[in-house]
Amino acid sequence: MVDEGPGCGGEAFGVDCEEAVRQLYVYLDGELTQERRREIAVHLDACGPCAGAVGFEAELRTVISSRCKDRVPDSLIQRVAAAIAEEQARQRSGS
Amino acid sequence: MAEQERFAELAMEHMPSLYTAALRMTRNAADAEDLVQETYLKAYRAFGSFTEGTNLRAWLYRILTNTYINSYRAAKRRPEATDVEDVEELYLYHRLGAHDGAGMSAEEEALRGFTDDEVKGAIEALPENFRIAVLLADVEGFSYKEIADITGVPIGTVMSRIHRGRRALQKTLHDFAQTRGLVSAGPATS
Repeated sequence: MVDEGPGCGGEAFGVDCEEAVRQLYVYLDGELTQERRREIAVHLDACGPCAGAVGFEAELRTVISSRCKDRVPDSLIQRVAAAIAEEQARQRSGS
Repeated sequence: MAEQERFAELAMEHMPSLYTAALRMTRNAADAEDLVQETYLKAYRAFGSFTEGTNLRAWLYRILTNTYINSYRAAKRRPEATDVEDVEELYLYHRLGAHDGAGMSAEEEALRGFTDDEVKGAIEALPENFRIAVLLADVEGFSYKEIADITGVPIGTVMSRIHRGRRALQKTLHDFAQTRGLVSAGPATS
């Protein structure tokens, strides 16, 4: 639900705000067809509130991916390398 | 066909993101480490069937996800919700700050106030199917098609899980913000 945009009257170039918001995730995910993407982009150019909502969702996406990093413990890197080496040795002796 | 000798050279660099995903899936560091190790061993053994030049990262995630679902989910002690609450679109946007439309908006500023633990906690609070879909899309950046291949579910289901999961995640983040007194209860009036 987005308020009607200034100078947009809730619809810009065949896409209304409701439609734009409904397509927002697929638009941000880059999964729309080129034509559909262009239609939504045209709406966003003309509709401040929808553009604001898209900007917010894009920022949220950035916050989520950047706040979700974990450092791999060195011990795990060593464990995995050792497990692979062991498997390698096992395969060699078995063949 | 890929040479096993090349495995470490190609696959080890993906460990940081696989470990992050494993942590969000298992919600437990010890299990996450075991899951990553098991994933790498399985991947090493199966590396002969991997076609070099195709998407190694997605291939590793498929092994990770399947291993998690087959081994760790089965061992889970407590039952978990299987669905998310229906949350309206733009839930957080409508509740964070005023929409002044000038420069960096108040609500975008507010977003930056979330801590690592809150964001991780909000993802981990999602039921498993939604958690994995949101994680693969928003943290790991996979496409709908790649997520469908990794999780073995149709694209339509993937999209539905990602979209509904994201909205549920927004509600959890909002709850955190409320707990910390960053926002008042109820939607902002504009």
